Amino acid sequence: MKATIRVNSERCKGCGLCIEFCPRQCIFFSKQFNKSGYHWAVLEKENDCTGCGLCFMMCPDICIETYKNKGIR
Amino acid sequence: MGKMLSRPKSLKNVALSYCPGCGHGIVHRIIAECIDELSIREKTIAVAPVGCAVFAYDYFNFDVTEAPHGRPPAVATGIKRTNPDKFVFTYQGDGDIAAIGMAETMHAANRGENISIIFVNNANYGMTGGQMAPTTLIGQVTDTTPFGRNSKKEGYPIKLCELLSVLEGSIYLERVSIHNPKNIINTRKAIKKAFQCQIDGKGFSMIEVISNCPVGWSMSPLESIKWVKEVFIKSFPLGVVCDKR
Ligand SMILES: Cc1ncc(C[n+]2csc(CCOP(=O)(O)OP(=O)(O)O)c2C)c(N)n1
Ligand code: SF4
Ligand code: SF4
Ligand code: SF4
Repeated sequence: MKATIRVNSERCKGCGLCIEFCPRQCIFFSKQFNKSGYHWAVLEKENDCTGCGLCFMMCPDICIETYKNKGIR
Repeated sequence: MGKMLSRPKSLKNVALSYCPGCGHGIVHRIIAECIDELSIREKTIAVAPVGCAVFAYDYFNFDVTEAPHGRPPAVATGIKRTNPDKFVFTYQGDGDIAAIGMAETMHAANRGENISIIFVNNANYGMTGGQMAPTTLIGQVTDTTPFGRNSKKEGYPIKLCELLSVLEGSIYLERVSIHNPKNIINTRKAIKKAFQCQIDGKGFSMIEVISNCPVGWSMSPLESIKWVKEVFIKSFPLGVVCDKR
């Protein structure tokens, strides 16, 4: 895994913008609901994430953080 | 792994009250990033509008005051004139800035007040349930134009950047959008330039951000983003409208 994202599942409102704009199509909706009743965003294809940050940029609720393995580009 | 992108310091770690997919959250994040990058958080005073962003004072991690509907430019004028060393910006919707507050907007620009305005244009009154705004497009269906806006009855969408550009006091006016990452990056550049314009003492600036209101428009978040791209920005062309810096 060279990069990953962390989603705040309780803050996520399931708008799907991160899913739509992920160039690697690695985000999907959870099967379960969060406390507010939304399916939240989950990084399912963990090895495909490049840490490009487009999901972070599109998230209106600022509930995504991106992480990268230092040294690997 | 090292953390790369995360919540800017100028945004409190609280949940936003906006509807799923609403552009206001993206604009908040961009503003907070610009304030962080310019290191002006400690001297910023913002003026929040009446509209969906009425609770902006709960979200931004700097001083924010509230103004009556449409009056942020007048309140910001008073704050900036009495505290010229502070950084002062207003955050306003289209109903706030171009309907009830049109006079305050025009006169603040005409006086060349050294303030910055972030104008979130979502083509309707979001907070009150999706009525027509001055910026509603011709043919756009809203609560108060159920058959679509008809120019013979309701006039034409107001292009605020172009309108203000004829005033000598306007220094920097640009229209941007947030419907994809590329445009989000442009919006960030524009807002930073507008903020720098005030820091350099050059005068009045306004950035009009074309934004989505999925609930007011009765669309899903993705449909609303698509509508911005395919319809909205065709009526409201993006770009710099006035630059006298
Ligand atoms: C003096 C006054 N008149 C009318 C209202 C009702 N009102 C509240 S918000 C609003 C319009 C909000 O629309 P906009 O400024 O476009 O912001 P949005 O909610 O779309 O972000 C109106 C008319 C009010 N609160 N105060
Ligand atoms: S960082 Fe890029 S690749 Fe990774 S999940 Fe987000 S959009 Fe997809
Ligand atoms: S963009 Fe944000 S709020 Fe929307 S689904 Fe993705 S993580 Fe959730
Ligand atoms: S009504 Fe529109 S502008 Fe207001 S929070 Fe909902 S989507 Fe956003």
